[in-house]
Amino acid sequence: MKMLFYPGCSMQRTARPYLDSLLAIREAIGLELEDVSDWNCCGATEYMSVHRIAAHALVGRNLALASRQAEGTDTLTAGCSACYLNLAKTDQQMREDPRLRTTVNEALAAGGLSYEPGSLKVRHLLDVVCNDVGYEAVKAQVVRPLYGLKLAPYYGCQVVRPDPDSRWDDREQPVAMDRLLRALGAEVVDYTLKTQCCGGHMTVIGPEIAYGLIRRLVHGAAAAGADAIVTLCPMCQLNLDAYQVEMNKFFKTDYAVPVLYFTQLMGLAFGRSPAELGIGKEFIAAAPALARIQDEPPPAVEAKKKRRPRAEDGLPMPRMG
Amino acid sequence: MFDKSEEERIGVYVCHCGTNIAGVVDVGSVTRFAADDLKGRGVVLSREYTFMCSTTGQDLIQKDILEQGLTRVVVAACSPHLHEGTFRTACDRAGLNPYLCELASIREHVAWVHTDHAAATAKAKAVVSGAVERVRHNVPLEAIHVPVDATTLVVGGGIAGIQAALEIADAGHEVHLVEREPSLGGHMAQLDKTFPTLDCAACILTPKMAAAGAHPHLHLHTWSEVEKVEGYVGNFTVTIHKRPRYVLEDVCTGCGICIEKCPIVVVDEVHEAGVGFRKSIYTPFTQAVPNIPVIDTETCTYYVKGKGSCRACEKFCPTEPNSIDFNQTEQRITLRVGNIVLATGYDMFDARRIPQYGYGRLPNVFTSLELERMCNAGGPTGGRVTLRDGKTAPRTVGIIHCVGSRDRNYNNYCSAICCMQSLKLAHLMRERTGAEIYNCYIDLRTAFKDYDEFYQRVLDEGVHFIRGKVAEVSDVPRGPDEEGKLFIQVEDTLIGMQRRVAVDMVVLSAGLQPRHDAKEVGQTFGIACSSNGWFIEKHAKLDPISTMTEGVFVAGCAQGPKDIPASVSQGAAAAARVLMRIRQGELALEPVRASVLAERCSGCRLCNGLCPFNAISFDPARGVTEINSALCQGCGTCVAACPAGAIQGSAFSNEQVLAQIEGLLLKNLEPEEALA
Amino acid sequence: MSVAPPVSAADSVPAGATFLQEVMAATPGKSRLNMCIQCGTCGGSCPSGPEMEHTPRRLFAMIKEGLRDQVLRSNAPWLCVSCYFCTVRCPQQIHITDVMYTLKGMAINAKLYRDHSPPDFSKTFVDYVEHYGRSFELGLATRFNLRHHPLSLPNMAPMGLGMLKRGRMDLVPHRIDGMAQLTRILERAKALEATS
Repeated sequence: MKMLFYPGCSMQRTARPYLDSLLAIREAIGLELEDVSDWNCCGATEYMSVHRIAAHALVGRNLALASRQAEGTDTLTAGCSACYLNLAKTDQQMREDPRLRTTVNEALAAGGLSYEPGSLKVRHLLDVVCNDVGYEAVKAQVVRPLYGLKLAPYYGCQVVRPDPDSRWDDREQPVAMDRLLRALGAEVVDYTLKTQCCGGHMTVIGPEIAYGLIRRLVHGAAAAGADAIVTLCPMCQLNLDAYQVEMNKFFKTDYAVPVLYFTQLMGLAFGRSPAELGIGKEFIAAAPALARIQDEPPPAVEAKKKRRPRAEDGLPMPRMG
Repeated sequence: MFDKSEEERIGVYVCHCGTNIAGVVDVGSVTRFAADDLKGRGVVLSREYTFMCSTTGQDLIQKDILEQGLTRVVVAACSPHLHEGTFRTACDRAGLNPYLCELASIREHVAWVHTDHAAATAKAKAVVSGAVERVRHNVPLEAIHVPVDATTLVVGGGIAGIQAALEIADAGHEVHLVEREPSLGGHMAQLDKTFPTLDCAACILTPKMAAAGAHPHLHLHTWSEVEKVEGYVGNFTVTIHKRPRYVLEDVCTGCGICIEKCPIVVVDEVHEAGVGFRKSIYTPFTQAVPNIPVIDTETCTYYVKGKGSCRACEKFCPTEPNSIDFNQTEQRITLRVGNIVLATGYDMFDARRIPQYGYGRLPNVFTSLELERMCNAGGPTGGRVTLRDGKTAPRTVGIIHCVGSRDRNYNNYCSAICCMQSLKLAHLMRERTGAEIYNCYIDLRTAFKDYDEFYQRVLDEGVHFIRGKVAEVSDVPRGPDEEGKLFIQVEDTLIGMQRRVAVDMVVLSAGLQPRHDAKEVGQTFGIACSSNGWFIEKHAKLDPISTMTEGVFVAGCAQGPKDIPASVSQGAAAAARVLMRIRQGELALEPVRASVLAERCSGCRLCNGLCPFNAISFDPARGVTEINSALCQGCGTCVAACPAGAIQGSAFSNEQVLAQIEGLLLKNLEPEEALA
Repeated sequence: MSVAPPVSAADSVPAGATFLQEVMAATPGKSRLNMCIQCGTCGGSCPSGPEMEHTPRRLFAMIKEGLRDQVLRSNAPWLCVSCYFCTVRCPQQIHITDVMYTLKGMAINAKLYRDHSPPDFSKTFVDYVEHYGRSFELGLATRFNLRHHPLSLPNMAPMGLGMLKRGRMDLVPHRIDGMAQLTRILERAKALEATS
């Protein structure tokens, strides 16, 4: 299946491993990605803080270029959560606010461009892999299951919130990536912090706040027994990985939880070499964690035999779905 | 079209309604218009008055009928919903058939919806003109009288239903009380103490339950549901589906040995709210009425594994003959009733829908209903307040108000009782454990008798109050000093800062919502649900007991969240209404009905499926459609649909409607196009 | 969005609904800001909440009462990390994060922020985008830290070097082909914003 692809500034360099691993697996999952030609920065969370209409126009140029290019597909996908959200939000707000739609198109006209909101479907890469490619198709490509590897799935904020196009069933505790990682053969730990904020740009503007948030996330993963954290956003990876070192310095701790992209894990399971997938470029080395991958599936946990409830068992918990 | 002779003597009365109408419409001008311009159309007098609905106003009409020989009356005033009855009765008292009086709404349709005075006045004139043209075609009609069966059906055996049933039965009339669970009691039976008096719920409820169980005029159908309702007010035919208990009701003494001996223990999702247990053969609680168990075939070994296994209940049953009957079949009972009271209660909001509160994931997060069961001496902990381990008493508790209520993401309304329930639980928990309690609220809704005093009592007892809706319940520490604790994270809006309060236990005051099948139940009884899902009352302010379907009443939380006193009052009110109907013995129904002109009906049956009140049936023998005039509410759908024009609506005939349109368009004033 | 002249340091006289309407008009779509019931879910959810001078909820109460000066001087919008927890949890479904962006822009226009560092960070980022069409991390970090935290530069050096070593940072910025086109678009957009 063919899609338009918006790499975004981070994937080009800071998160190069994300892009490299995506390129390494796309053929296997049948994803044909056409780069939006001459795309510009989406503005992250910065441009909108200074200018409003211009921020929408900045994103609008990408939407306009993509829609002009769109042939055989109307889906535009991005791997970075902030890029995805900026694209999706501008499209949605132009759809819902006629004034904004007119103004942005007036600005785009100065560059000989225009964009009809709603003409593109903006989707995050994880959404595409889970829903368009599908778990079964992914599983079918697994040649080296990630047996024995315990992973903490970390979604971050902007992929599940505010979710302008209602793509996610749960904005606090989603399970899409959990399911994906299980399809790769890995064990997914109970990581309830999966959508707590990584701090974003606070690492620069207000480091104490950011380090506290990063610490909580890393500690939570370690406490849950995770070998690695799996993420889907360059900002989150940067904060949890590169800044894990800074956080350790700040709190005088010695956490060492590697942070990888879900595409890298997919690549490993598909039999690609770590180098191909940009593994080794992380600050907290992933190799020791990856060495825990086994050839055999872990022994199945015996289902507890049902017996009469006893007083020592305490009060029953509510049934969960 | 204008084939009526000018013998009609029409009186037009234009009301000021204080400034409601007169503030926008030039009433004098409209009155003069009627007197002058409509003189040729039969108007012999036209008056204006400040408040036509007053005695003086009505006297005006009556006097004119008697002295001026009026044959038709038009009152231009408020919506017919309010005073059509008033003016029609006034005419009736003066000897004029009430259906020769028409109302023209120049308040809701004109003064209240327009700001342009000139345009509004012109519109009011047109409306009056339309009414005058219509009333020329009115014919005298007589109300339809139907007998009222003295038996009543009450659906729902909670406090509202029990109250209604007892009052009707005490008056000497037969009542059938249908309850879906094995016992009466409803949600009130689950509670420990009730606010604000801290009366023990069971102590005040069980006497009523016992009275209902023993009453000679009250017939209980528990473990049953109403399957079908046919007929109309005064003459309903209802079919009750009685599920098999697998226990013979006439033989069982309620000794309880079968329950004791049953080896299957399951979580009781209903009465114990999922936090306690019951057996596979069970009565919901000790004071159940009737005190006859039922077998849960989904968990009973006999039904699950195959006949021949277990049968412990049967083995130990001491009665002769044995009370256990594994082969008991369901029953269907048909009843004739005159009136129906729906008191089906509420469901609790499902707190699992809010993941950030951790219910279902964090062991020590409970709902208010679970706490009620814990506090109840008959509950899983014998009345002790403990953590999920069933043993340890909490030292700090956070109670979260507004869970699932006042929230556009879930239910947008306020559930009315949870603030008081939260205060009550705070009091009970503090009393029993001495724990520090934090009630986190947005507003404290303690409006009714002795409610605010109860809040002050709880305040005096040292309960903490944080004004802020809790954002998260979390067991994730922010730093090493927070390891191993449970937190409620909330903005203390009165202090103006975010706080993380360490607690052992969290109680979610979950809101009330309509029963999951309220819509289907409503359809069975022919009543509608609001957008929030509660049954719709006839008038939100003046009649919260009737519904738009004659003969069907609502009581209790089925109509909207309310406390026990309000539920009891509503049940009693419904009973009073029913008793009034029974005493009248017969009902006068509005004769605004549709009827089929059989000679014009071709039997195409297009109308058959259209009737929202199931009033239309087809007579295959004669090959024509018939309309039951008692069921018919005069909505006009079938009248409009009939391609042959074979259906006529009395009080809205084709002639009347078309004349009104001509009048609205002021075509009646164009002399060239007069009298066809 | 109209650009108001800088307000004096004294508390502004409550302008009633005017400031509220200004903020709502400047936020795309229907922000529903006027529907706030002051429940505090936003303030309770915010990861930066403890560091903000005013929680989001308090800020909205101040907006409703027209305390323009205090609101635009507050550090609160600058600490927003755009996690959107507030937005999805708000019982009145107010687009809180969008309002925060509006306040940031207003504060810059009115030059009413107290701590220069967050707006400067954003403005530096914007500067690179407007020159190259792409962001430039090395430039951003260096310029920003030189200006605001020069003493921290030596501490940040290991990380910077680590990024360069791993090929995760560019030494020079990249410029897009259509820079002239982008410039025209952005200039037109800014002109439209000034007159709206």
